[in-house]
Amino acid sequence: MNTAIALEALVTLPRGLVLTLALTFASLAAGFVISIPLSFLRASSNPWASAPVLAYTYAFRGTPLLVQLFLIYYGIGQLPLVRQSFLWPVMREPFWCAFVAFTLNSAAHTTEVLRGGIQAVPRGQVEAAKALGLSGFHTARLIVFPLTIRIALPAYVNEVVGMLKASSLASTITLLEITGLARQLVSETFAPYEVFIVAGGLYLLFTLLITQLFQVLELHWARARNPPPPARSL
Amino acid sequence: MRHALSNGAWLSITWRISELYGFLDQFVIGLKNTLLVFFLSCMLGTILGLLIAILRNSPRKSIAACMRAYTGVIRGVPELLIILLMYFGGTALLSAAVGRYIEINAFAAGVTALTVVFSGYAAEIFRGAINAVAPGQREAAIALGLSHWQIWFLIIVPQMIPIALPAFCNLCISLIKDTSLISVVGLTDVMRVAYIGAGSLRAPLPFYLAASAIYLTLTSLSLLSFRLIERRYALPLVKG
Repeated sequence: MNTAIALEALVTLPRGLVLTLALTFASLAAGFVISIPLSFLRASSNPWASAPVLAYTYAFRGTPLLVQLFLIYYGIGQLPLVRQSFLWPVMREPFWCAFVAFTLNSAAHTTEVLRGGIQAVPRGQVEAAKALGLSGFHTARLIVFPLTIRIALPAYVNEVVGMLKASSLASTITLLEITGLARQLVSETFAPYEVFIVAGGLYLLFTLLITQLFQVLELHWARARNPPPPARSL
Repeated sequence: MRHALSNGAWLSITWRISELYGFLDQFVIGLKNTLLVFFLSCMLGTILGLLIAILRNSPRKSIAACMRAYTGVIRGVPELLIILLMYFGGTALLSAAVGRYIEINAFAAGVTALTVVFSGYAAEIFRGAINAVAPGQREAAIALGLSHWQIWFLIIVPQMIPIALPAFCNLCISLIKDTSLISVVGLTDVMRVAYIGAGSLRAPLPFYLAASAIYLTLTSLSLLSFRLIERRYALPLVKG
């Protein structure tokens, strides 16, 4: 163990933190927004609505993220259709390619997570909403969705942590996030242990932070669901 | 070449698909390596994961805490980073031991890294399944005078298989996808062959689509076979 190199890694690697977190949370947010309508389509009993979504989630969950990333980074640019369109200035940048690949992948995973939540919502809740005269959209927005989020939260944490770890793949398309910087530093110093262990420590720190944060949220919602008994008046 | 390209995107792509046949034997070699890495790390990882899960129930607090730290660290660090650490770290270690620069085999480094990753996740699954086996079973085994290892491998492990199987299936599918990461350190697996083909023929789209199709077939096949195994091992008790 060379402490000088480990210290250098400790100074250098946090510079990649911004890019890692930006990629992770931007893709998660975009994936979440896309997955909300998709999960309702996927949970619907109409096969014309659910089958296309199933095909999408099956394809994106059944192939490695690395292949998807390379397909978008190297493959999309080959199409003259994209090259000549307004998309080209965007799809030329590795950051946006990684963002698109991660978003599509995250949306596929999140759709299945939310679908599980939607199908676990008690039927009585939906029937009660119908009896109260709520429209289909209002039932989904006011009754089903808030319950789905609470049911799916534990499974969604895994997706968040998985996305943070998956963001390390961005280093394969020249992005200098934590892993990219670590690889660069290793090629300069040839001290793999020091550098990669510091990088691993950074990821571990954020994984722990995320799981703790979601645990607090889960506890908060659990408390809201079972309010403390009202004070007895004497 | 230029002429074919000017005939529109789809024409050029269908034309390029024919070029894939030239790489067919390369893809077969890649598929062999992918499958070999998958089976080796799945087997070794399962054994290691089971050992870790058993040791986590150890009465000695320090051993149990070590195993908990192991699974926590492995599951909190990117797989790619572990592969890079094994590859470059192994090379550094070997070079220091021998005294001159020796590059470690990408296959060995990849299998080691994926075994470590797999064992970390598998240990968590097995631990949950062990806890789900009725405690009366262990007590009855102790009452019958079975030895420590007999209790584990004759009583508890057979009963935890149907409980652990669905999560284990998902883990295996993740492992198939994770094998593609070893291509980053240079193992000629399906992903690497696609990368080389895409680069040398300047045709990324058909090559990466072919790689996607191969991986999708592999994950579908393993999903299907696990469904069959699950049906075979399903306990009437568990199914309710």
